[in-house]
Order: sequence, then C-alpha cells, then structure tokens
Amino acid sequence: MFANHKYIAFETILVKEVRRFTRIWLQTLVPPAITIGLYYLIFGNLIGRRIGEMGGYPYIDFIVPGLIMMAVIQNAYANVSSSFFSNKFQRCVEEILVSPVPNYIILLGFVAGGMVRGLLVGVIVTLMSFVFTSLSIEHVWLTILVVLLTAMVFSLAGFINALFANTFDDISIIPTFVLTPLIYLGGVFYSIELLPAVGQWVSAMNPVLYMVNTFRYGILGSSDVNIYWALFMLVLFSAVLFAVALILLRRGTGLRH
Amino acid sequence: MSHADSQNAISIRNLRKTYANGHVALKGIDLDVKENDFFALLGPNGAGKSTIIGIISTLVNASDGTIKIFGKDAASHVYEAKQSLGVVPQEINFSQFEKVADIVMTQAGYYGLKGSLARERTEKYLKKLDLWDKRDNRSRMLSGGMKRRLMIARALVHEPRLLILDEPTAGVDIELRRSMWEFLQEINRNGTTIILTTHYLEEAESLCRNIAIIDHGQIVENTSMRALLGKLAMQTLVFDTVNEVSTAPQFNDPEVRCQWLDSHSFEVSMSTDRDINALFAAFNEQNVLIKSMRNKTNRLEELFLSRLKGQQTAS
Ligand SMILES: Nc1ncnc2c1ncn2[C@@H]1O[C@H](COP(=O)(O)OP(=O)(O)O)[C@@H](O)[C@H]1O
Ligand SMILES: [Mg+2]
Repeated sequence: MFANHKYIAFETILVKEVRRFTRIWLQTLVPPAITIGLYYLIFGNLIGRRIGEMGGYPYIDFIVPGLIMMAVIQNAYANVSSSFFSNKFQRCVEEILVSPVPNYIILLGFVAGGMVRGLLVGVIVTLMSFVFTSLSIEHVWLTILVVLLTAMVFSLAGFINALFANTFDDISIIPTFVLTPLIYLGGVFYSIELLPAVGQWVSAMNPVLYMVNTFRYGILGSSDVNIYWALFMLVLFSAVLFAVALILLRRGTGLRH
Repeated sequence: MSHADSQNAISIRNLRKTYANGHVALKGIDLDVKENDFFALLGPNGAGKSTIIGIISTLVNASDGTIKIFGKDAASHVYEAKQSLGVVPQEINFSQFEKVADIVMTQAGYYGLKGSLARERTEKYLKKLDLWDKRDNRSRMLSGGMKRRLMIARALVHEPRLLILDEPTAGVDIELRRSMWEFLQEINRNGTTIILTTHYLEEAESLCRNIAIIDHGQIVENTSMRALLGKLAMQTLVFDTVNEVSTAPQFNDPEVRCQWLDSHSFEVSMSTDRDINALFAAFNEQNVLIKSMRNKTNRLEELFLSRLKGQQTAS
C-alpha cells in the first residue's frame, strides 16, 4: 500500500473512532466528568481539608494530578477495548480485515482513537479541577509527554484485551480486577512514603505508580520516583505492548478462524 | 508466471481447512475461474462454500493449499490480492449504528481512496444499488434486501476486478432478486469477474456460465452450466439379462451410450425425454433377453433432487 494510502486508511480509522465516542458522549464523556468531579469534591475538598498535607502539598493539589491520570487511563483503555470488541462482535472488523490496510495501521488507528478520548477526558477533568484549586504546571512538556505515553500504553492494553475477548464480560474483567487495583494502589490518593518498606517495594512494580508520579512531578514539581527511570519504563511498556499486539494481529488471534 | 495463470481470475490448489474444533471443512479443493467469467459455486448448507470465501478474503486461515489471484500468490502479494478483490459476505457485517453512506465512505478510506474520490464512488454505487435515498439512514433501519445491496455497494467502492458474493439472494424477495441479477450481469459485461455461491440451482442456471459443485468439502463437479444441465437431463438404466452377454449391445443412435458391466448386465445412458421402446427393438435384434431393468440415479441428481430441492421448498 502506498504511504499516502496508508495515511488515508489511518485517518479513516481515527475519524471513525472519534465519531463513535462523540456520538455516544453521554456514555463516554459525561460519566468520567461526574466521577472525577465527585472525587474532587469529597476527597479533595471535604475530607482533604481534614487530612492537611500529603507529600508536602495540600491534599487537593496532591490528588488532582492522580485523578486526572486515572481518568486518562480508564478512558483510553475503555475506548479501545469496547470499540474494538464491538467491531468484532458486530463483525464489521471484517471490513478492515479484508481490505489492504496493514496491521500496524489498524493498531495505530485504534490506539490513536483511544488516546484522543483519554486526552479529551483529561482536558475536561483538568478544567473542572480549577473549580477546587488553582494548579500551575511546572514542567509543561514533560506533563504532555507523560499523558501521551500513558494514554498510549493503556490504549494498547485495551486493544489486546479486545483481541482476546469473546463476550462483553471479558472486556470488563481486566478493568475491574487489574486496572482499578493498580490505579488505586498506584499513588493516586497517597504518597508511597506512607507505606512500610515492603509496601513501597511492591508498589515499585506497579507501572501506574510511575505514570502518576511523573505526571504529578510535571505539574507540582515533586515525585516519589526517579523521572528518567519512569519515562524509560513508559517507553518500554509501549514498545512491548505494541509488539505483542502486532504479533497477535498477524496470527489473527481472536479475529481469524 | 505461465500464460494459463494470467487468464485465471483465481486459481486454487489443494485448499484444506480443519477448524480448531477438529471439523474438516475442506478436503483439498482445486478450482480455476477464468477472468470475466460468471461462476457459480453450488452446494448444500455446510458444504464448505463460505469457508472457501473466508480463506480467499483472509478471514479464515487455510490449513494447507495455495491461492493465486490474477496470477499472483495471495499469501505473498497480499496488497495486490486484496486490492483486486471485493467480497459480499453471507452474514451482515457492517455496524448497525452507522449511516449508510458512512459505511461505504469508510470502506473507501480503508482502500486509500481520498475524500473527493471516495464521495464520488459512494454516490455512484449507492445510486446503482438504489440506496442513495437512504444514505443518511442508520443501517439497522434498512430492510433485508437493502442490507444485502449495501454490502454489494461497499464491496464495489474500490472497483475490484473480482467480485465474490456469498449467497447474495438469501432473504431477498423474488422481484428484487431479478433486479440484483440484472445488476450483476451488467457489471460482469463491463469486465468484472463474478463468483457467487448459492444453493439454488435455478439461480446458478439463469446467471452463470460455469459451475462447480461442492459437497462435504470436495468439488464433485466442475463444468460449464450447459454441460451440467445436459448431464442432469440424462438417465442411466441398468439391465440384467437372462442369457450371457460378452459385449454391450450396439445402437445406431450416437446419443445413446451403452456400457458393459458384467456377463449378465450392462447400462444404457440417454436423455430423459426419449422413449425406451427403441432400446428393446435393438435388444431383440441382437438376441439379448432382458430379465429386469432399473433406473440408476446418478450422484448429481441425488444431490440436486433430494437435497437441494428439499432445502428450496423448506426455506
Ligand atoms: N468457525 C468454525 N468452527 C468450526 N466449524 C465450522 C466453523 N465455520 C464453519 N464450520 C463448519 O464447516 C462446515 C462448512 O461450513 P461453511 O463453509 O459455512 O459451509 P457453506 O457455506 O457451504 O454452508 C460446516 O460443517 C460448518 O459447520
Ligand atoms: Mg455459507
């Protein structure tokens, strides 16, 4: 396929993906705004005032970056897993599979769709945070880079989940049993300095910890983890997940009989 | 690439498929379809027709065998193969939530067609298939026949040289069936090779020049439509004799074929609309004494009359 044809194919997938989640905005954009808004109100504002400081910042300032990251992760993942699975379920994924679009373009198209949704929700909840606190961003480029990489990692993970899924249950099992614990234990709500040594050691294996902390560093200028190490981990995760997704696509896992 | 290959729109060799559950769906298919042909793949439900189409369109992985599309190996020339192929599947496989025009436009995008060209083609084929008025409707609102036509428009948007349709008229009423046939004949005249699967002999008969019959994952007949109809119009009679016969009786008529079976039997093949009195005149002349006679049903007839006709009336 010619390079410009590939680009048209990529754009086609991306536009279709964006059209999908904006068409059903009541299911895709409003719920995270409400959930995260409630977190701001209850934890940040009401309870946070009693907590005082966390990691050297007012509690609301501490959790806002974590909550934004949570929204990005959940929405990037949910977009790709549910969209690609519903393409499989309705069989319209066959439209792409019979066409000459190369596998990596298919993957990039869906992942880009998930990233756009993740970023859009990220922007929405960031704007909402201004109601509760006024954060300025310390390291703008780092912040953007971390959000992009995080959205990519979880879009890729959502894609792989959808490849293996046979029922709609299969795309809610991982978010419930894996994603949510990783996020809640990934330093969104607390600094891992609060944990005993064992807890800190276990937390160090949680990829979400690196994302949340690097993002918080980008905004607040302080982190529990080494920023370069965290960025390296993010790039590594993206590369590995991308390779795995491509291998599965080539094999036809979950797509071809 | 040999000259013979370049004349074939598709050339299939030793195609085999065993599904993950162990079911053997294809047992070594060999099939050639000439460029510009209108070809029927006929067979009862479960024969393996959709499996063949699935493999051609890369939705099913073959267990063994090769496919060439316009002379090029489909496994090593994926891009060319897919570019020259349009497929209308048996089951509806577009999104139920999308608008009719968006479905065709999106498909054009997958083939790398730019905005203006994609819009042009979408309009052209939606008009040809009588769906232009419905372009802004959500696809789930379409009737069964319209959904089928939408899939045809979608398969044509990149103007493939080979169009494969898997049971295109299933669920389409008689009137619309005729207009779909006319449309397919028109694009075939304009140079598109067409392969369609069906389990209606009538459909194959009125459209197709050549035909292959598949049953239980094997090609059991591969011939021209005319030759097939000729064969179906033949009957074979088996005669048992009282006296010993060392050769088959002779007939002056070249359209009656006679074959010796053993010392006390032989068989005669002839058109079903001829009388058999002439046979007995010849037997008398040659001193062949007939003890009994039976009609041997041939395999094709069995396939069509019992199974295909049975399904036709049932559905
Ligand atoms: N995914 C599958 N797994 C297992 N068996 C299958 C699968 N798809 C089709 N089959 C079986 O393979 C045989 C051929 O099916 P198919 O190609 O759909 O036949 P046709 O299109 O001629 O009706 C049938 O017996 C069918 O049940
Ligand atoms: Mg079928």
